[in-house]
Amino acid sequence: MTPLQLTHFTASSCLGHGLDATLAALRAHKTGLAPCTFETVTDLVTHIGEVAAVDQMSLPAALASFDCRNNRLAWLGLQQDGFSDAVEAAIARHGCRRVGVLLGTSTSGILQTEQAYRRRDPGCLDSSGGALPGDFHYRTTHNTYSVADFVRSHFKLEGPAVVVSTACSSSAKVFASAARMIAAGLIDAAIVGGVDSLCLTTLYGFNSLELLSPEPCRPFDAARKGISIGEAAAFILLERPAGNLDADAVLLLGTGESSDAHHMSSPHPEGLGARMAMAAALKAAGLCAADIDYINLHGTATPSNDAAEGRAVATLFGDAVPCSSTKGATGHTLGAAGGLEAIISALALQQGFMPGGVNTRQLDPGIPIHYLTANQDIALKDSDPLGAKTPVESYAPRRVLSNAFGFGGTNCSLILGRAQ
Amino acid sequence: MKLLIRNELAVNVGRASARQIGLKADLQSGIKYTGSITAYLDGIGLLGPGLDNWLAARPILAGAAAYESRPLVVAAPQSLPPAERRRTGLVVRIALAVAQQAIAAGQLDAKQLATVFSSSGADNDNCDALCKVLATEDRHISPTRFHNSVHNAPAGYWGIASGAMTPATVLCAHDGSFGAGLLEALTQVTVEGWGTLLIAYDMPYPEPLHAKRPLPAAFGIALALMPERSAHSLARIELSLVDTAPDALADPALEALRLAIPAARGLPLLQAVAREEACRVVLDYLEPLRLAVAVELCP
Repeated sequence: MTPLQLTHFTASSCLGHGLDATLAALRAHKTGLAPCTFETVTDLVTHIGEVAAVDQMSLPAALASFDCRNNRLAWLGLQQDGFSDAVEAAIARHGCRRVGVLLGTSTSGILQTEQAYRRRDPGCLDSSGGALPGDFHYRTTHNTYSVADFVRSHFKLEGPAVVVSTACSSSAKVFASAARMIAAGLIDAAIVGGVDSLCLTTLYGFNSLELLSPEPCRPFDAARKGISIGEAAAFILLERPAGNLDADAVLLLGTGESSDAHHMSSPHPEGLGARMAMAAALKAAGLCAADIDYINLHGTATPSNDAAEGRAVATLFGDAVPCSSTKGATGHTLGAAGGLEAIISALALQQGFMPGGVNTRQLDPGIPIHYLTANQDIALKDSDPLGAKTPVESYAPRRVLSNAFGFGGTNCSLILGRAQ
Repeated sequence: MKLLIRNELAVNVGRASARQIGLKADLQSGIKYTGSITAYLDGIGLLGPGLDNWLAARPILAGAAAYESRPLVVAAPQSLPPAERRRTGLVVRIALAVAQQAIAAGQLDAKQLATVFSSSGADNDNCDALCKVLATEDRHISPTRFHNSVHNAPAGYWGIASGAMTPATVLCAHDGSFGAGLLEALTQVTVEGWGTLLIAYDMPYPEPLHAKRPLPAAFGIALALMPERSAHSLARIELSLVDTAPDALADPALEALRLAIPAARGLPLLQAVAREEACRVVLDYLEPLRLAVAVELCP
């Protein structure tokens, strides 16, 4: 594919609001996970990655009907790192019909509906158990499209817009769709990424599948016990590359998509779908496995997911390429994971480091990959006893592959690289 | 390994077709390409109240037979293993039924086609059931209810039924969901050179959500969209973004369906194919954009 530039991006997760906080937490090898006290959830023994101060966000008055946790989180995200200004500048360059909005989410504003069901009107009880309250707005909160509608409305855009909802690969797949729209000439720029927020459906749902870890999740650990659910807003402005690129400009080099065709809630045991997605991304980028310096794994920390992804990575890359999952730090942000981890990958490329996985104590000996449990950082090269003999790429990656594999078997891999 | 090779082929075909339509040159010279995207329509699937399948609905849409609405009955897909079949709700049944119709009509191999699923909602009965349980003190929900709650559940079941390991995406654009799906599918065909199956579907909510989002009936349309013309091609379609008003359907009852159900916003395109006349139809999308589809029949 023709490379595209990530001209501006921002992420907010339990690591903090915006890129500086995210980067500081990653470089300090910290987790943002904490015991679950979300909303009325007091009966689940699990850790979550909750974004601070989401409920303190108030949406602009004209967009008040969009008010729900997911859009508050989106609004919080749009305020960081000058992202909104960058979008406004892009609209001025390209026009309001030439900027698309393609965002991922899995549960949209379902928390709003869950709460509305508790507030059903006892005065008009029927077989449904009573009407939903008058202040419940389906289209602007519950509907899966709500967050893209919110962002498109806020920027007064008139171009194509869509939400991709393929569970945990949603906000990776938006890069592929946006790249196709740009290649087809339908748009010149796209706001991509994802927003997914905590709700009862996912907390009790993953609990029903016995996939919630009682402790902070430990990806690729021999004793991993499942996921820790997180939430995040990740936004990226994607455009054709500028004429004179800075050396640390980050490009989208390839995307690869596949399906497991195996099971609704378990991955293909051999990781075949995962392998096909990674191979397709390499092919689209015109690269081979040896060109990849770091892999940001999907790494959810369930026993079966990590085993399947590990097999897929080992088959394509052997044990030579450093890789890690950042979900020990951020939790599994579900529909926002692909976008959040693309941004973490972009930070790794720009800042010259590879984030070691957090919480992982004893690597699973059955998974033969080069899993990093400590950061590799160009800033530490000179103080590393082996630093002088180690190539720069071992600290500062030039090309990164990021995996996002969804429930229901939809897979997407992205390859990002530095301009130089 | 065979699957990997196929994937590589798909990418190569994509590059070749981008060259053929001259996109690459445009991109390199920085010329703004205004974007028209095209595909051959090789198979249609249709299911809705009074519309039993594409062949039965064709004379109705052409105006040669009267439209009579009646309740829709959809069987569980036989292509799924019994355990999965038992777990499917109406939305999965609709999506898989129209997908299979389109594949059969085009005599296509499902394993070779990418899929674009698009729906305003998902399994809306399941959504209501989950919200009801979560509003009680005992929030224990069933794992099947949870995995059926994801917007991409129909795509997951389709993968299991068809064995297709090809790319699958699942979209939502509220009332613009059909248009968003058609745009994504045609973009895949044009840019990647994939054969892509578009599956657009909706189902009603039970109360109390029905009062907030009144969808009157379940409905599905599937279109098999191919990069090259074949013996089964019904039409060549070319899509562009416009801001003229969407076409209405002549029959008032069908027009009511089009207006009430997002997936039914694709009916004017099916009507054009049923009438066997080259024409241009305008489909609803997102304010203020619409999709103009030029339909050129393949004799």
